[in-house]
Amino acid sequence: MKSIVFIEKNPVTGKLRNVSIELTYKAYSLSKPLKGEVIGVFAGDALPEDTDRLFQYGLDRLLYFTDERLKHLHSIAYKHILKAMIKSEEPDIVLFGATHTGRDIAPLIASSLKTGLTADCTQLYVEDYKDKGKILFQVRPAFGGNILATIITPDNRPMMASVREGVMLLPEKHPNHPVKMESFPVDFNESWIKSEFLSVVPKVKKVDFNSAQTIVSGGAGVGSADNFRLIRELANALGGEVGASRAAVDFGFVDKDHQIGQTGSVVRPKLYIACGISGQIQHRAGMEESQKIIAINKDPEAPIFKIAHMGVVGDVNEIIPVMLRYLKEEG
Amino acid sequence: MKKIVVLAKQVPDTANVTGDAMKADGTVNRAALPAIFNPDDLYALEMALAIRDKIGGEVVVITMGPPKAAEILKHSLYMGADRVMLITDRKFAAADTLATSYVLAETIKKIGGVDLVLAGRQAIDGDTAQVGPQVADKIGFNQITYVSALREFNDNYLIVERDGEVQTEVIKSSYPVLLTITGQANTPRYPNCRRMLQYFRADVKENFNDSELSAAESNDWIIPTYALADLDLDEDRCGLKGSPTKVHKIKSIMLKGGDLKMYGTKPTNIKQLVRDITKVYVEVN
Ligand SMILES: Cc1cc2nc3c(=O)[nH]c(=O)nc-3n(C[C@H](O)[C@H](O)[C@H](O)COP(=O)(O)OP(=O)(O)OC[C@H]3O[C@@H](n4cnc5c(N)ncnc54)[C@H](O)[C@@H]3O)c2cc1C
Repeated sequence: MKSIVFIEKNPVTGKLRNVSIELTYKAYSLSKPLKGEVIGVFAGDALPEDTDRLFQYGLDRLLYFTDERLKHLHSIAYKHILKAMIKSEEPDIVLFGATHTGRDIAPLIASSLKTGLTADCTQLYVEDYKDKGKILFQVRPAFGGNILATIITPDNRPMMASVREGVMLLPEKHPNHPVKMESFPVDFNESWIKSEFLSVVPKVKKVDFNSAQTIVSGGAGVGSADNFRLIRELANALGGEVGASRAAVDFGFVDKDHQIGQTGSVVRPKLYIACGISGQIQHRAGMEESQKIIAINKDPEAPIFKIAHMGVVGDVNEIIPVMLRYLKEEG
Repeated sequence: MKKIVVLAKQVPDTANVTGDAMKADGTVNRAALPAIFNPDDLYALEMALAIRDKIGGEVVVITMGPPKAAEILKHSLYMGADRVMLITDRKFAAADTLATSYVLAETIKKIGGVDLVLAGRQAIDGDTAQVGPQVADKIGFNQITYVSALREFNDNYLIVERDGEVQTEVIKSSYPVLLTITGQANTPRYPNCRRMLQYFRADVKENFNDSELSAAESNDWIIPTYALADLDLDEDRCGLKGSPTKVHKIKSIMLKGGDLKMYGTKPTNIKQLVRDITKVYVEVN
């Protein structure tokens, strides 16, 4: 079971995107038991600064092609180059991060290879299937998160899947492979460059869920943008990050960057405090893997209590100030 | 003057899915759900209309789906589309993104002379965001995904903003090009009253009886449908047959219900809650 992972660089930091490391390790856990190789494919203007990290998470080899003309996402050029790399290896599995870059290129490649691509998988495993031998089982939420579908690509190769950042976990202990890089020859065709990038402005990133151990999230139940200050204070007091439900974002209590869920970020903190959030399926899709979930909600029937470990039935705007007071005392 | 194609989809309102909406084979029983115009596709349609209104041309809205999907085409006519096409055939059923993009791409080729294809970023039933790019691949157009604003356009090129997740990109492209549009791009217009009066009877041909048919024809009420044979499609590349991905299993999501510890709202209870939180907090940090 040979796997290929699309390696992506964050164009703002020049470093690897976390999802590339997460998927490298995932590919390693899928391929290793079957003695398969894990190969990274990278195209861009220059390699990510921390490329070596991939080898610490199970990468066997990296194929790369660098060229100044690939500074920006020229989809068609990326398609041709990555497709050539994939074809040269004839892998069974190809994984892409479901980033705005991965979701731009992966479908082009799947279309051009005439194979299946399953978006936003939350679980991937390899098992025997009928007379087809070992294939990839791809589990994904569908239908607005109301169902979990297991998708297979039994008759085509490669079997392609995309996964969002933060979904696959990294282990504490991991393999340490020697660094092995191979420059991949590409006969660059100028006609692949079809867009002109006039300017690029980095987004100011206000939220960092990746390194947050604690997330305090507010929902519609918080009541107003003014009350939302309490959510921030509680997050501050616990050294955590501020999250939100879509309703809180839609009401303008807080910026969209904070949204957690199916159409926001997927988070897995150790502590998740949901304040005035009902816990609809689309929200849960982004947070239910958190280690400890605490719910504060005035409705005892709110679905959030079904997945919570600790709960208080009450008004967030009365309870949080008391919590803040005791937190200060406990210091 | 530009010939613009909008790819649209009628989707089940996923906020209201119930158990009997799934068929035994794991595919969706769309008939059991309220159906709506896929939200992102409305932004694509609005962008198409805005471009046409300024530099002229034609907006053709195409959708692949069951006859009922004619509803969104009717809505497109209300909003100002010049032409609509319903691509419908039982043989298209259960298509994955590869098979869907094949049918749409062939339709675009059949229309001919298309300069610009606009699609929504993704559909709320599958959330794959794959059909747009897969069509671009098959028709050989340039593509720009996650378009969050249209800055400038004329007969020779357009300039858009792309939401590149960590950065905003300002991109210029000449035609032909395919764009996928996000909800930031614009505010879709309301249906136009005059056009609503003109098209409120619009429907597929089979829904008119013989006595109504001539009136329907002369009033331009018939929403044209195209089947596999009309588009000279390769049956092996359509529907379930042409789909490399198969649904293996479907599971409804059930809430687990766990080891929930409840606290009262008295200060002492909250104090205990804070203690316990701090304990978890110390454990985990
Ligand atoms: C395609 C799609 C994608 C979506 N994506 C997301 C997503 O990514 N993230 C997301 O969060 N949602 C998403 N949603 C929306 C989701 O379905 C819910 O509407 C949303 O999560 C509800 O947010 P909420 O819990 O804050 O609001 P509500 O459901 O309105 O719940 C508010 C809760 O607050 C409680 N409450 C009210 N007042 C108080 C008070 N004073 N003190 C304590 N509790 C109080 C109420 O009892 C209630 O449980 C999506 C929906 C769709 C259709």
